[in-house]
Order: sequence, then structure tokens, then C-alpha cells
Amino acid sequence: MSEAIIKIQNMNKWFGDFQVLKDINLEVEKNKKIVVCGPSGSGKSTLIRCINRLEEHQKGSIVVDGTELSENTKNIEQIRAEVGMVFQQFNLFPHLSILDNCTLAPIWVRKMPKKQAQELAMQELEKVQISDQAQKFPGQLSGGQQQRCAIARALCMEPKIMLFDEPTSALDPEMIKEVLDAMVNLAKGGMTMIVVTHEMGFAKEVADEVIFMDEGMIVEKAETKEFFANPKSDRTKLFLSQIL
Amino acid sequence: MNKFTFLRSDRSNIQLVLITGTFLITISILDVFLNSFFRLNLISFLPSKVSFLTPFIIGMIGLNLIRIEYSGNKFLDILNKNINTSNFNAALTLLIIFLIFKAIPPSLSWMILDANISGDTKEACTGTGACWTYIKVWFRRFMYGMYPNEQHWRINTAFLLVIGLGTFGLFATEKMKKFLALYYVVIYPIIAFLIIYYLISGGYFGLEWIETGAWGGLSLTFIVSFFCLIFCFPLGMILALGRRSNLPAVRYVSIGYIEFWRGVPLITVLFMSSVMFPMFLPEDFFMDKLVRVIIAITLFEGAYCAEVIRGGLQSLPRGQYDAAKSLGMGYWKMHIFVILPQALKLVIPGICNTFLALVKDTPLIFVVGLAELAGMLALAKTNPKWLGFAMEGYIFAAIIFWIICYAMSKYSYNLEEKYKTDR
Repeated sequence: MSEAIIKIQNMNKWFGDFQVLKDINLEVEKNKKIVVCGPSGSGKSTLIRCINRLEEHQKGSIVVDGTELSENTKNIEQIRAEVGMVFQQFNLFPHLSILDNCTLAPIWVRKMPKKQAQELAMQELEKVQISDQAQKFPGQLSGGQQQRCAIARALCMEPKIMLFDEPTSALDPEMIKEVLDAMVNLAKGGMTMIVVTHEMGFAKEVADEVIFMDEGMIVEKAETKEFFANPKSDRTKLFLSQIL
Repeated sequence: MNKFTFLRSDRSNIQLVLITGTFLITISILDVFLNSFFRLNLISFLPSKVSFLTPFIIGMIGLNLIRIEYSGNKFLDILNKNINTSNFNAALTLLIIFLIFKAIPPSLSWMILDANISGDTKEACTGTGACWTYIKVWFRRFMYGMYPNEQHWRINTAFLLVIGLGTFGLFATEKMKKFLALYYVVIYPIIAFLIIYYLISGGYFGLEWIETGAWGGLSLTFIVSFFCLIFCFPLGMILALGRRSNLPAVRYVSIGYIEFWRGVPLITVLFMSSVMFPMFLPEDFFMDKLVRVIIAITLFEGAYCAEVIRGGLQSLPRGQYDAAKSLGMGYWKMHIFVILPQALKLVIPGICNTFLALVKDTPLIFVVGLAELAGMLALAKTNPKWLGFAMEGYIFAAIIFWIICYAMSKYSYNLEEKYKTDR
């Protein structure tokens, strides 16, 4: 067994008085693909936003790549640079062209020479098949193209872990496939991924483990086949019967 | 057949209706035109009260007649769609046309036909119109204040130099583009200050020293506006970021600053800067009145700028911050490359608003004895040799200010266009 790259122990988080995450325990090994599913409001997004500290947890510990995340973490930027994230709403920078979106962080965070960063960006854009759109602005692209660009932008930082926060939820049905294809390719390349999604087809195809969350707790965590074949808890069964 | 057929306007009798309507409108407008330009009254045979209202009534009937939907006549359709949609709009249209006709002859004759511009004494102004001689004679004072005539080239040269340096950004190569922001925020103001200080103030290189009290007129307006504009913008940016900071100390200092300066009138600030401020300074410490005034206006307008910029910052979705953070950018990188470029683009109209207000607030420095354009007017109109020409002066100043402000707002539209990328 290889070393766990993400280790979450007894993690709790509150928004005001409302407890969003309750006693989360999770270990993710290198190169593993985890799919997180569950009804809306169950804390899935908050969980993965805690992993790169876009949200702060109040209790317990999160260790990412050997560094514990806490208020005292000075090098939070370095950890974030190693953890790529793709958002539901794409969140591309509308004032920059697609190429500049991809090169901005490598140039200013990784201190990469501009030329090298552009070559890298074109490679990554090629992988998600939008290299021909590189000079356009995000507003001129379709949702699916924007989301693929967002994936390329995150990959340009050459991260060790990729987090996906419902990457296909804001897309038209016919665009979902192109984004999922890009994610499948990425998974086959051996990236460590945590994906929050409702796309059970994607989960069956690439996930090593599936996590089912409800009301801020991890209800069930199992190998993919096991999860779909014999879910243990009633809540999971109900969820699966509704979504499949 | 209905007996009112000839009054019903539709496509069947379009020819008749159109001719009648156009005729009535022409009569009504012609009457007002002749009345106001040539003092003729076509309908003087009517009692005066009726005659007063007749053009309006005739015009309304005419406009009512030609209001035909889908007439097939392109010109008529445009007319009906834009100025003749209802009786109310028709009335407004007529009244505006009448008002313009009524207003043109008197203003035209006062400003141009009966006006004087020859000669250079008050006696040259004999007509009943405006006395532009007054503006001509005082022109140099209005432009340069009490600055000695033979030294005016110094002001002109300084301005040309500053403007020339300001266009540097247009010629910058790709490599120098990185430093443009630094250039405009730090280096340019310093160079501009040095140029204006050494060239206009003098005292070095064999140039005669001229105290700032003698500066004035439009050139002073420009100097004050220029420095206040370039300094208050960065100040506002820092305050806006400060007010949104997570650090309580920074946040409360920013809030306190902004609320303090927004809460006091500019005129008080100017008084304090020139009267009270020196009292708190050590005896041997001297700061020029003009510099104090510029600092005061900058601090004052910085607070307004800050709130405008904060509005832009708040309108950005949280996702932009998340995305920048998730790429490993720290606070400053995130703001410089992602947040501020978008926020500043959004607040161009608001910033332009603040800047226009600033330029038009500069006449207030008259209260501390600095006479820029409007201040020079106030001095000139009390000159015993030239009493009674305040009107000409104020119209002149209004035109100048309007040109400056219109140029600024045009420029801001251009910027908006230039930085427009679809969201």
C-alpha cells in the first residue's frame, strides 16, 4: 500500500451554529480516484473545499501531502499550487484570453518563463481539445469548452491532486460528455482525483472508491463495484434507486 | 359612410390626411418661427390670447392626423415611432421645437450679432450684446493668473513635457509593458512634479523664482486637477482593499479614514489645510500653500474613489477569488492579476464621475487665496475698469469647463470600449 496523500481525521466544520461536516475520516492514497456523491446540502462541496482550505475547518486535522492545514500554515499558497481545483461555475478569468488564463499562475506562482508556460498551456489545451480556441476570451466559448479550459488551467500548475466540484452540473446535457471524456483521460493518466458528481456512469468507469455523504457525515465508503452492487445502508439504497 | 371620415386617419385616405396634417404642422411651426425671428405675427387678426395658443393647437391637430400605424411610408413611420407616439409626446415635441425657436434669436444676437470683440478698453463695447473684448483683454490672466507675461513660455513648456511623458505608454514595447503600472503610479508623478516645480516655480538654472501665489488661471486648474487625480486614484485603491481586509486594524483604519473625509465639506478641509494645519507644524518647517491644498484635495477625493472602487470589488463573484486562490496565488498576486483588473474595468464610469467632480471642485481653492480660472474671473469682475461683465466671464468659464469635462467623459467611454470583454 502506498502512502496516503490526503489524511482527514475527525474533521468538523460549522457555518455559524450549523454543523456542515461531522467527524469526517478519510484517507486518499496516491493515484486513487474517489467519487463523492450525495444529496445537495450534504456537505460534499464543503468537504473538498476544505482540502485546499478555501474553507477552514474548526476541529480535527487535515494533512495534505505531508503538511497539516491550520491557521498557522504559512505556506498555504504552496499547498494550493499542488492541489488543482475545477469549479461548478468554471470561474475562468473573463478579462484574460484562454491562453492567458492558463499561463497566469505558472508564470507568477511557479515563476516559469513566459515562453515555457505558453508551450505547456498549449499542450494541456491540446489534451482537452481546445487549443484552437486559445486566443479567444472565456465569454466567447460554450460552457463545455469553458469547463475544459478550466481543467487545462488547473493542470498547467502540474498539481499532484485534482479536486472537481460538480464539474458538469452547470452544463447542458450534450456538453457533459466532452467534459467527462477529458476527466476520464486525466484519470487514465494516473492523477489523484477527488470528484464530487452526480454522474454515476463516470463513477462506475473510473472510480476506485465511492463515498456517499448525507447530512455532513460519510454514510458509506466502499469499492466502486461493491458500492453499486450491494450498498449497505438504507439511505444509500434510496439515493441510488432515485439517481440510477 | 361616416360623416367624420375625413378626420379618421388610416391607410385608406392616407394621401388626404398626410397633406392636411403636414400643412397644419408647417403652418404652426412657421408661425412661431416668423414670430420669433422676424417679429411677424401671421394670425394677429385673432384676439391675443387665442393667437398665443393657436400654433400649438394647429400643430397638435396636424400631428394627430398624421399618426397612422403601418402607413407604409418609411419616413412617416420613423416619425410616428419616435416623436409622435401619443398626444402627450406630440405636445412635448411641439413645445420643445417652439422653445428652441424662441430661445435662438435672443441668445444669438447677444452672443454674436450685437457683440463686440474689437478694441481693448471697456469703451469699445458699445453694442447691447456681449463684450468679448473683456475676455480678449483678460485672456492671459484667465490662462496664467498673475504669472509674469514674459515667463508664460515656462508654463507652456512644462505642460508640453508632462503631456509628452504621459503618452509614453503608447510607445512602450512589449518588454516595458510590465513596468507601465509602476511608471504611471510612481515614476510619472515624481517626474511631473519635478518638471512643474523646477520649470514653473523656478529659482534654479537662472530661472526667476515665482511664488505659487502668482500662479493662477486655467493652468492652475490643470496643475491642481492633475496631481489630485493621479494621487487620489492609488490612494483610493489602497483604501478600498483596506476596507475589505481581514485584518481588523487595517479595516477599521480604512473605514475611519473614509467616513471621516466623506463627512466633512471640502471647503472646510481647504480652510484647515491653509489656516490650521501650519499651526501644528514646527516653526521652521515650511510647506507651500499650493502643495497643502493639493494634499488636502487628494486625501478628500481619495475617500470617494475608495468607495467607488469598493463597489467594483463587491460586484465580482466569489468564484473569482476561489479560482485565484486555488491556483496558489497569494493576496497581492490575486488582486493585481485577477481582481483589480476586473473591478477597475467595472468602475470606469464611477471613477470618471468622481474625477469630473474633482475638476469642478477646484474653483473652491479660491477660499484660500489661490485663483484658478473661476477665481481669476471673480477677481476680474471686481476690477473697477471692467465692471459689469460677469456674465461674459462666467459663460467663457462654463465653455472651458464643459470642454474639459466632455473630453474626460469621452475618454472614459473609450476606455470602457477598449477593455470590454464579454463576461
